Amino acid sequence: MSSIQEKQQVLIDDFDFIEEWMDKYNHIIEMGKSMTTLSEEEKEEDLLVKGCQSKVWLKAEKKGDNVVFKADADAIIAKGIVAMLIDVFSDQPAKEVAHADLSFLEKMGLKDHLSPTRANGLMSMITQMKYYALVFAG
Amino acid sequence: MAYNVHDIRAQFPILNQTIHGHPLVYLDNAATSQKPLAVINAISDYYLNYNANVHRGVHTLSQRATDGMESVREQVRAHINAKEAAEIIFTRGITDSINTIAFGLSSIVKKGQNVVITEMEHHSNIVPWQMLCERTGAELRYFPVNAQGELVINDVDTIIDEDTAVVSFNHISNALGTINPVQLLLKKAQSVGAWTLVDGAQSGPHAMVDVQDWGVDFFTLSSHKMYGPTGLGILYGKRERLEALPPYQGGGEMIETVTMEKSSYAGIPHKFEAGTPHIEGIIGFGAALTFVNELGIENIAAHEAELLAYAVEQCSPIEGFRIIGDSMHKASVLSFVVDGTHPYDLGVLLDQQGVAIRTGQHCTQPIMDAFCVTGTARASFALYNTKEEVDLFKAALEKAVNMLK
Repeated sequence: MSSIQEKQQVLIDDFDFIEEWMDKYNHIIEMGKSMTTLSEEEKEEDLLVKGCQSKVWLKAEKKGDNVVFKADADAIIAKGIVAMLIDVFSDQPAKEVAHADLSFLEKMGLKDHLSPTRANGLMSMITQMKYYALVFAG
Repeated sequence: MAYNVHDIRAQFPILNQTIHGHPLVYLDNAATSQKPLAVINAISDYYLNYNANVHRGVHTLSQRATDGMESVREQVRAHINAKEAAEIIFTRGITDSINTIAFGLSSIVKKGQNVVITEMEHHSNIVPWQMLCERTGAELRYFPVNAQGELVINDVDTIIDEDTAVVSFNHISNALGTINPVQLLLKKAQSVGAWTLVDGAQSGPHAMVDVQDWGVDFFTLSSHKMYGPTGLGILYGKRERLEALPPYQGGGEMIETVTMEKSSYAGIPHKFEAGTPHIEGIIGFGAALTFVNELGIENIAAHEAELLAYAVEQCSPIEGFRIIGDSMHKASVLSFVVDGTHPYDLGVLLDQQGVAIRTGQHCTQPIMDAFCVTGTARASFALYNTKEEVDLFKAALEKAVNMLK
């Protein structure tokens, strides 16, 4: 099992390797398409992440010391972005998720490239993940 | 004079840039239009040469600024054929215009009466009336919309009745592009003595309006959608209707005398223009009106209609492409979905290819619900758009759809 930092580095390298932003988006979309999503029943109103332009549901479960995330979104790019975050943060120690460094987003160029509203949506997703992790870490 | 779109584009320097390495294709004109050099220069000229506060000053600059502002009032009067310039009020925008009227009607509209709007209104022509109804106990009614995105007006006589106090609707829908049967609705509203308001947000840049011919009580325009500066709206009101309403906001400019106990209000239009007006915006809007009228609104509308028809023809073969609102009477708005894709995703991927469109609900949640869509993608055309841009838009859309499906 790779650590959060190792996972982040993989993402940074992947994004660095892809030159064109259209292709980076394609990569995000593919991650969205291959993500394990929530069933219709699981998509409860209170799982919706506030501050996203499209609907994003985020679910967290405690597994030992780890926190496991599941998510879904009605737009594929949002789904891809949340899939990316799940890849990094899911099934990791809750304590580490809660205090994880987020500079990888800048290193990926993602924060600069997203429009301010979408960057806010991304931050809302991460804030929600960290919040769950903080609660589970006790 | 032939309509030369390439000469026209030269008047809009902002269009000449690349976005993410692609030439900018700006198709978000229903949200706001770009500004020609004439407008930018008029604003610079004002600040470089005659910036001063209006109306109060005896000095030369103040008089020049006042003359500049008041000559635009006259220009707007002529543009919509109002009877007198005093019937033209400068507001902060259409939202401000409609709130001014809805607030003013608070003590006039009574419980037991009703206010009639339509299902395809912008939130700015819904919420102020809901608030008026909450204050007064009046009932809010609306004309529904059919599958083509047209108003269903068969039962106009049951919706607008003897108890109808206000009828307010848009001339052209921002979400669908539908041109509404203004005169028919106004005639019915007038026959029961209702106050009438037409929201011209989308018609201003595409259609000539004669307010006296319509006989409408209030008509409102948005400067920034008509190639003018942001932060400025126009509210036309018939003199007797405006005089019957109390002012919306108190402050400077709108008073005649002030003692510590009581103030008396100025006459129209000043009664509704509290505070220092948006002088630069007004001056800029004057230049925008001149620009538009020199090209001719009919010529502009014909050019845009050609682009819209071409875009429909080009995009229709794309699998899953569905137009939301395909009325026979439409103006320059292509609102659509592509089945199996989300409008936000289309918007992001078009932007990556330099194409600016709008996605979402367009501040018209009720009509999106009526069409059972969470939102649409909307391309809207203006006087400077070209067929080549429609081609770029179509190619970008195809690429986006291929990536998303």
